[in-house]
Amino acid sequence: MRTQALFGIVAAAAWLGATTACNRVDGSREKPAASAPAASAASAAAPAAARIGSTTSPLPEIGDPSKLPVVEAKLGVPPEAAPPTGRTSPARVVVKIEVREKVLELADGTKYTFWTFGGTVPGPMIRVRQGDLVELHLMNHPENAMPHNIDLHAVTGPGGGAASTFTAPGHQTQFTFQALNPGIYVYHCATAPVGMHVANGMYGLIAVEPPGGWPKADEEFYVMQGEVYTKGDYREPGLQPFSMKRAINEDPAYVVFNGRDGALVGERALPASVGDRVRIFIGNGGPNLTSSFHVIGEIFDEVWPEGGTPVVHDVQTTSVPPGGAAIVDFRAEVPGTFILVDHALFRAFNKGAIGMLKVDGAGNKLLYSGQEVDETYLADAAPKAQAARAEAAATGDSVEAKKLRGKAVFMGTCSTCHMLDGKGMEGVFPPLANSDYLMADKERAIKIVLTGLSGAIEVNGKPYNNVMPPLANLTDHEIADVLTYVRNSFGNKGDAVTDEEVAAVRAAIPKDANGGHP
Amino acid sequence: MMKVPGGSYESFYRTEADPPVRVAPFRIDELPVTNGEFLSFVEANPRWRRSQAPKLLAEPSYLSHWAGDLDLGDALPEQPVTFVSWFAARAYCESLGKRLPTEAEWELAAAPRKGSAEEDEEVRRRILAFYARPRSQLPRVGSTPANQFGIRDLHGVQWEWVEDWNSTLPTAEGRRTGDRDSGAFCGGAAALAKDAGDYPTFMRFAFRSSLEGRHALHHLGFRCARSER
Repeated sequence: MRTQALFGIVAAAAWLGATTACNRVDGSREKPAASAPAASAASAAAPAAARIGSTTSPLPEIGDPSKLPVVEAKLGVPPEAAPPTGRTSPARVVVKIEVREKVLELADGTKYTFWTFGGTVPGPMIRVRQGDLVELHLMNHPENAMPHNIDLHAVTGPGGGAASTFTAPGHQTQFTFQALNPGIYVYHCATAPVGMHVANGMYGLIAVEPPGGWPKADEEFYVMQGEVYTKGDYREPGLQPFSMKRAINEDPAYVVFNGRDGALVGERALPASVGDRVRIFIGNGGPNLTSSFHVIGEIFDEVWPEGGTPVVHDVQTTSVPPGGAAIVDFRAEVPGTFILVDHALFRAFNKGAIGMLKVDGAGNKLLYSGQEVDETYLADAAPKAQAARAEAAATGDSVEAKKLRGKAVFMGTCSTCHMLDGKGMEGVFPPLANSDYLMADKERAIKIVLTGLSGAIEVNGKPYNNVMPPLANLTDHEIADVLTYVRNSFGNKGDAVTDEEVAAVRAAIPKDANGGHP
Repeated sequence: MMKVPGGSYESFYRTEADPPVRVAPFRIDELPVTNGEFLSFVEANPRWRRSQAPKLLAEPSYLSHWAGDLDLGDALPEQPVTFVSWFAARAYCESLGKRLPTEAEWELAAAPRKGSAEEDEEVRRRILAFYARPRSQLPRVGSTPANQFGIRDLHGVQWEWVEDWNSTLPTAEGRRTGDRDSGAFCGGAAALAKDAGDYPTFMRFAFRSSLEGRHALHHLGFRCARSER
């Protein structure tokens, strides 16, 4: 704390004008035009000031506001995220959102009068860049029965804009704010009774990109969890009224993604392909329940928890509170259907908190084998003879025994590049299948495993120029087995490689040679 | 008109400084004012015709559901009149020697029978169910059952103007000059409310606080009242 305070003083001294402006919350900031050089001086003097959106960093620099380019926001209709702004400098972004009270399907055969931003639940995803001036227009459709407003968590100012956008039916309001902090933020209606307005669907996300944007993703999706408090139970048919009792007891009939039971299921599943970097902007409208957001069979490689700035890696389940959001990124490595859930599982199983991500493309059996064993399990009663037979096969020195053990080594070590069928990848990883290069010289093959190989070679008439790392960490026994396996598989026919042959080649390698992998 | 005995009214939003309001006995229309009745009014009072009404006192949507100044078009004479401003509603009541009810009077007239928790619950349930249905078409007046005072259509048909709608929450004046008090939003609203579980009342008060006197809205009509002589 003391260090931070010190940075604060240093920074404040460097950019006096900007700090004064920072304390104003009424949106009528008057920033001295000459603050740009002062601001950069501050970042040089105090490392804390360099962090975007910190208490000590200067306000985003936008120059003369009247000279900013004016752009119409491209909104994301769920489950599609709003596209990246693609801008490297601030703009005045015009966002227009119409509030509609409308009957939508909540489940097959079940309807509900949702109150919506833009006609969908969640409302449209807004995407701006840090420093942008956001000019927000809220239109309340004349046929609506209720007044509405919007509180955006990305706003620094009283009520997050709620007080400035309180709008009777048949009217429109407008206010402008500067997006000071980067991140992913919830917006929602904040008209009393606010919980009811939110439970009826009035929430969405606004992304404020940091200056460089987020890393490029191949697919960006927009998903929000929310509860619905109907009088009838889950999937009870008909037009269901709101239940005040259920809402106050925090006992929703539905917990759903994107406003509908099955909104992301079956034909509406989120699509991706193997190799894609998939990003989900995951928000929680609530209004009451924290989501334990999890994608079954995936690990989030990167998470911006709570929509904030530091990145956390290797996350299984991320907590998304009501009125909060996160960004989760993962590489889709394995094809198949991946289930999005709130891992508070009765919600997933009995209230609708289920979605799907369908990944198409070629599988990699090394990453995920699929079912390898499906057989009778006899436990204690397993015949001892079977065990003995397996042991004999695994310990003997016959070519068949060596192949059996060698296959295990191959699958664990070699098939990543040479592929499970030994065919490699043309132009990149040379084939072992029907390989003239492999079978031409047994001693050379042993040496390549021990010391690796780099540079141009020709295999089956095709040129290759890549690097194979040395695998000297394998034992002589393992190398003998795996080479016996590859020299007697994939269409190759050769003799066994013995432990002694490997030991001899290893002994002949100069001691300073590169050894050990990794 | 129906007779309502006076009583004590505690505002839904109140502070320690606000004592309960004494309400004298009064009379209030059994039914909301209809298109047909309002047509007679504008026939007799040309300055309140759609094309004549001053824009300061009635916004452009004033009587926009009619086909013309003196032509109801598709609007039915028996439907409650909506798209009327507070100024126009007042003028209508005055033309009949009446006035708009105060908020305290309206709330007393519309309250469930005292001491019946069951009726209270039932009324809340009915109102919420009504809010849950979208309404583009208004029913004819008199479509809902009479309450304890013989008054109909107070809930479940439309919103209604009251004389002092803008005292619901403190604002500088009736016309908007700046941001409204943020107590109307989020937690602020619940902190001041008499009964934070009374969602229908929350919605009525939130609605009133969104208004301006010149507003003329799809679901907003009125009825008149008179003090007991």
